[in-house]
Amino acid sequence: MLIANLLFYVLSFVLVVSALVVISVKNPVHSVLFLILAFFNSAGLFLMLGAEFISMLMVIVYVGAVAVLFLFVVMMLDVDFEAINRGFVKYLPLGLIVSALMLAELIMVLKVSVLTPSEKANSSAIIPKDLGNTQAIGEILYTDYIYPFQISGMILLVAMIGAIVLTLRTRPGVRKQNISKQVSRTRKDGVELVKVQSKKGV
Amino acid sequence: MLEVGLIHYLILAACLFVIGVSGIFINRKNIIVILMSIELMLLAVNINFVAFSYYLNDLVGQIFTIFILTVAAAEAAIGLAILVIYYRNRGSISVEDVNMMKG
Repeated sequence: MLIANLLFYVLSFVLVVSALVVISVKNPVHSVLFLILAFFNSAGLFLMLGAEFISMLMVIVYVGAVAVLFLFVVMMLDVDFEAINRGFVKYLPLGLIVSALMLAELIMVLKVSVLTPSEKANSSAIIPKDLGNTQAIGEILYTDYIYPFQISGMILLVAMIGAIVLTLRTRPGVRKQNISKQVSRTRKDGVELVKVQSKKGV
Repeated sequence: MLEVGLIHYLILAACLFVIGVSGIFINRKNIIVILMSIELMLLAVNINFVAFSYYLNDLVGQIFTIFILTVAAAEAAIGLAILVIYYRNRGSISVEDVNMMKG
């Protein structure tokens, strides 16, 4: 139990510190790398909470897809980040005041709220003890939550089409191979037979 | 107090959410860091959901975390696509330069 508590504190400490580094470091590449570290630590926390499927999803989707997408975009765009970061000091006091206020309010709210046992008994989908986490999620996700599941699939489809349509560009003046034109050429408009008379040329 | 309970996870998520909000506040010009701050805030919400799911013995929190992950991935893809075409048109990604549609 002591080791589990210690692990929680280590993971959450690294998580908070890496989140702070994400928002404060100058170079966005370092920022993305610390975001990946934060995602890994949160995956560890989810593992401690018994949500193995969410934890692995975190590593695969966030680290493997979203963070790498961020990394690609940051490295693809040649941006003058020095000019962009110039307002950092200007907005720092206001940001610190607002965030300190918000944190104080949130912690005050959390301190007065407690979970009563009656709330615990009310749960509609009790975590089964005899099934694995992934199987339990699957049995609820594909039955009770089938419509939200389908809608989330539609959201992903729309996002995919939107990203493709947004970034597709047809550049004029590029010499590309036109395969259908090439294939549909006949012998008649490709080759011409000419009778050459001697000493006259074509 | 040292024993880890629900309140510890909630305070951790609150810290992470506030870090995300202040990241948007401080880096007002750097839109890439703003997108990353939004990801941090969604991560904080996910931690809340999974912590409640564990301590209430209810699986629905984990189901909603999956939906949040879906929406976060879609949002990141669309946001970065808009960023790429914006950079292609203007040659910069500064938030201050976004005045094309101003009348």
